[in-house]
Amino acid sequence: MVFENTSEVIQAENALKREGWEIRVMGPPPEIQSGCDLIIEFPLIEELNILRMLENEGMPPLEIVPVTSPLLQPVDLFHIKDFGEYLMVRAANMKLTVEKATGNIVNVSGGGCPDVPFLACEMVGHTLADAPSPREIGHTLCGYALQLAFEEMQRQCSP
Amino acid sequence: MLAIAGTVPSEGFPLIDGEIILEDNHIRICDEYISINRGTPALMAAAIKTAETLGQPAPFGYLIGDIGLGKGSRRLYKYLTDHLPQSDFQILTFHYLQPIVHWHERLQQALHEMKKLPILIADAGFMYVAKMSGQAPMYDLFTPDIGELAFLADEKAPHPFYTRGFILHDENRVSDLIARAYTHNNAARFLLVKGKQDYLASRQGILETVDSPVEEALEAIGGTGDTLTGIVSALIDSGMSIPEAAVVAMKANRLAGFYAKPTPATQVMEIIQHIPKALSKILEKRV
Repeated sequence: MVFENTSEVIQAENALKREGWEIRVMGPPPEIQSGCDLIIEFPLIEELNILRMLENEGMPPLEIVPVTSPLLQPVDLFHIKDFGEYLMVRAANMKLTVEKATGNIVNVSGGGCPDVPFLACEMVGHTLADAPSPREIGHTLCGYALQLAFEEMQRQCSP
Repeated sequence: MLAIAGTVPSEGFPLIDGEIILEDNHIRICDEYISINRGTPALMAAAIKTAETLGQPAPFGYLIGDIGLGKGSRRLYKYLTDHLPQSDFQILTFHYLQPIVHWHERLQQALHEMKKLPILIADAGFMYVAKMSGQAPMYDLFTPDIGELAFLADEKAPHPFYTRGFILHDENRVSDLIARAYTHNNAARFLLVKGKQDYLASRQGILETVDSPVEEALEAIGGTGDTLTGIVSALIDSGMSIPEAAVVAMKANRLAGFYAKPTPATQVMEIIQHIPKALSKILEKRV
């Protein structure tokens, strides 16, 4: 399923997972790549049910494309750097740095999509507990990568 | 003259163009004030500081608000496509724009309508779309960090988010990553790779390496790559060759970071303040 932008993919992913559908967020096949894209891979046999649910939620996909070749997988490797008082997590091209003692987000770096400076403005100065998550306010693949770094940082900093 | 195009993280920010002026901790274009925290305003501020130090005119800026939905970027792509053919900029630096392949292609056509094709520099989202479009060799300089270099090296990845795991983001493999990026025609004429060490490379391989002073904390600070792109852009505008400007920029950016005595919590504006002193020091040593 192809959507207008990455934030719509994230909303649809949340809704579908909430309902228990087995879906995966993946990279689009080369023939429909337009720039900053994510798609949702789902079992074809469930097309009608899934479409009905998304239409009821007000988030129908732009189009549905059959796929035969393997899709690109989002990054799943994290790099952790310990600065002593601070911890940095990198996911793909996005880095999130937190002060260990307070859980305060002190910097967001890397990335190239226009929501990166926006996300940095919204998150820096907040703690991991009260910062808005990139999943809620981000719109691009860089935002999605920052979400992965954010979740990994929460895991690293949990007691 | 240098022109810089990018976005600011504010949805309602209008499309503006004009001379970029630095006032305290803000840049100003026309009557719009923009705070310098990271992203394109940080790049612009670094370019202005560099131009001031060299006694060069201020760069020209194109800015619009975009928080990642791409609406602002689309308007700016269109504006640039309409206006650049009539302009005579010698250097164009493209920065935080939403990667949109069809708009990149239209903009490329517009650039070829200019009387003389400018030196083209791409960083951030615009570098992503240049690579994804298969047009990377048209550019003169890309300024990736190590993660973005891995993306350039992965001929299948349309965005750093999809860089395959076997292409490690490893400083020890920079030379291999550079070679792979050129093999698949996914690199600009020169690459300035930002990292623990900074590298200048071309199709011939690594040309220069700068590794001091070392400030580990800089990697965590948002905007330090933007400042490097701003410095190198303004240096090229002053008449330096790309390799010469890249080496001076790598040294000056690192030294400005060193002067700021950074921690991972330092904000980039604290580093930008030190660019004139750092640049003067580096240029003095060259004489």
